[in-house]
Amino acid sequence: MKRVVALLMENQSGALSRVVGLFSQRGYNIESLIVAPTDDPSLSRLTMTTEGDARVVEQITKQLNKLIDVVKVLDLSVEDYVGRELLLIKLDSSEEAEAKVISLGGQVLFKNESILNAEFVGSSEELDKIVTSLSESNLLEVVRTGLSGISSTSKTLTI
Amino acid sequence: MSKEKLSGAEALMRSLQDEGIELVFGYPGGASLHIYDALFKQQAVQHVLVRHEQGAVHAADGYARSTGKPGVVFVTSGPGATNAITGLATSYMDSTPVIVISSQVKAHLIGTDSFQETDMIGVSRPVVKHSFLVLKAEDIPTTIKKAFHIATTGRPGPVVIDIPKSVTDPDYKFDYSYPKDVDIRSYKPVEEGHSGQIRKAAKLLLASERPVIYAGGGVIQNDASEELIELVNFLNFPVTNTLMGLGAYPATGDKFIGMLGMHGTYEANMAMHNSDLILAVGARFDDRITNDPAQFALGAKKIHIDIDPASLSKIIKVDVPIVGSAKSCLRQLLNELKKNESKLHKEKIEPWLNQIQDWRNEHGLNHDMLQKPSPSGKILPQQVIQSLYKETKGKAYITSDVGQHQMFTAQYYHFDKPRQWINSGGLGTMGFGLPAAMGVQLAFPRATVACVTGEGSIQMCIQELSTCLQYDLPIKIINVNNSSLGMVKQWQDMQYGGRLSQTLYEDSLPDFVKLAESFGHVGMKVEKLEELESAMKDCFKLKNKLVFLDIVVDQDEHVYPMLEAGMALDAMWLDKETKTWE
Ligand SMILES: Cc1ncc(C[n+]2csc(CCOP(=O)(O)OP(=O)(O)O)c2C)c(N)n1
Ligand SMILES: [Mg+2]
Repeated sequence: MKRVVALLMENQSGALSRVVGLFSQRGYNIESLIVAPTDDPSLSRLTMTTEGDARVVEQITKQLNKLIDVVKVLDLSVEDYVGRELLLIKLDSSEEAEAKVISLGGQVLFKNESILNAEFVGSSEELDKIVTSLSESNLLEVVRTGLSGISSTSKTLTI
Repeated sequence: MSKEKLSGAEALMRSLQDEGIELVFGYPGGASLHIYDALFKQQAVQHVLVRHEQGAVHAADGYARSTGKPGVVFVTSGPGATNAITGLATSYMDSTPVIVISSQVKAHLIGTDSFQETDMIGVSRPVVKHSFLVLKAEDIPTTIKKAFHIATTGRPGPVVIDIPKSVTDPDYKFDYSYPKDVDIRSYKPVEEGHSGQIRKAAKLLLASERPVIYAGGGVIQNDASEELIELVNFLNFPVTNTLMGLGAYPATGDKFIGMLGMHGTYEANMAMHNSDLILAVGARFDDRITNDPAQFALGAKKIHIDIDPASLSKIIKVDVPIVGSAKSCLRQLLNELKKNESKLHKEKIEPWLNQIQDWRNEHGLNHDMLQKPSPSGKILPQQVIQSLYKETKGKAYITSDVGQHQMFTAQYYHFDKPRQWINSGGLGTMGFGLPAAMGVQLAFPRATVACVTGEGSIQMCIQELSTCLQYDLPIKIINVNNSSLGMVKQWQDMQYGGRLSQTLYEDSLPDFVKLAESFGHVGMKVEKLEELESAMKDCFKLKNKLVFLDIVVDQDEHVYPMLEAGMALDAMWLDKETKTWE
């Protein structure tokens, strides 16, 4: 089962490497990981996705909590949450390509004679489908940010 | 507090003083010159010059384990820092409070592959509780304060403070003040156990008919022996200690059933396997304890008290997890039990205690081997430990190295007090014993300190014999010399058809008597059982001397019981021919 864990950590050098190091050290498989400073500049927020049973994810959250730089951890996937990621693509520029992007709900960000850049925002599954259906249209490059998430309950990941 | 102008190096020394540190272990180098100069100009902190940085960390660790106070180490950058890694990993695995202050190249040189540069924060990351890179001299006092707080509270562990040489520059001074307390928003260890969980635990304890209390190193670290003993006396339950927990409950106490696990006693492993309730305190269901986790004590409900939430249900799913310190949770549990004293029926567990006694009578350890010569005519390692126990009246601090001699010591020296038994349980670091003994002897100059070692292990930190002379450390080195890497050989004997791949030395061992003498100490050698006890006497009579007692023992002796891998806790080899399963 896919799990989404979000955490707040001190926004300082070394913190991220400790989090990432923990995953390899303890043999946890991480699918995606995304991190950025929060509105409180002393904190960074990290969201990771992983496959695993409840027991493994419980261990991951406990081990993360043990890191001194980690302020708070929340397993978003135990309750309702929304998860979104950003997909950026590069295509051979053409009328058809542009029409396709728009029909799939994307937004064109850049266009000239040869290149077209577009963005899509959605759940990971939606983006998977979009990538598949675009694969016929000469996709030159695809980049995804990995999932970011926020809970849909009263539980907040704030301090 | 009056403000004083200090350099980074001076502030470091002053912070250590303000933290109450009297002793540091270390080894200087280019990057730490400013620090060593500041050290030179003060008296409050004494420095012990080791001969290898690994020795410094083990010594600080031995100091920490025997006193409960943090051990402090200074190393230089690059090779000094990397030499400290084994010591850090040893401390990390056994959760001991050790602070390593490593020097680093000047801040502007970091990342340029400059001379003696190593990314200490990176290299040490998997084996520390936390680490700091200090980039401003002004940050030194608060960093030191935080480091000690982190190392000594919660589940203790080693902390590295990496300080670039430029940050210790004697020409840059700032207003020094040492913080009174620390507040780390992301680090608030929980001491007290959840009262609902405590009530549940008490209920299970009172209902149980075949209980075992399984106590580990956490009880010792947290100074919770008193509470443990009180609980045992109250409940009348049998107790087993882990290798790290020996001494938490007195080995000569009437409820003690011995160590459990890989080389645990028959009765302790059988009791765990057949119990209906296990109360684990400050222990972590390590693979040397559980054998196959899927077959571990299937009939038992499990209560687990631990300061580290991540230890709970990590390997074995427990019924009542309790996060909190051993001391506080045991006290809470006692209070809860006392409230329900009317429900305590001690006679209910009588049959169980009798059963355990039967197991002991059947296959318990023989603690009376001293008078009986072995069939081979050679001294047995067990006899060495029994003689050591007798000579020291069970009162010595014992450090050990790693191997058969370590297990024999754990089995045959009856540790009655916490912090009396000091060994590398988690990492199993050969070379730990001698430097650890230095730390203990420096902490307790008048105490009897013995290091039980093997001819393999002792050679891994043998250079520290020189340190022992410099600081007059009258450690007694009991070298259980089987002329082989005995523990590895035992596995080769048992599982590899006796193919002794690289576990023998082909007559290349040093003459340990001469070796000790060349270091300025006393060396003695014993080969016959008749001489063992008198040699032991002579050894401990030399109160002010380090004595290296080299004892030639039977090479073919194995440590038993021994668990059979992949099975339950009741599957044991009892001797070379006898096993408990079909
Ligand atoms: C640094 C290190 N290297 C290797 C090992 C693996 N090992 C465990 S016990 C042992 C043999 C130890 O020999 P000795 O010190 O003579 O003790 P004995 O088992 O013979 O009593 C070895 C090599 C270890 N524990 N530590
Ligand atoms: Mg040996």
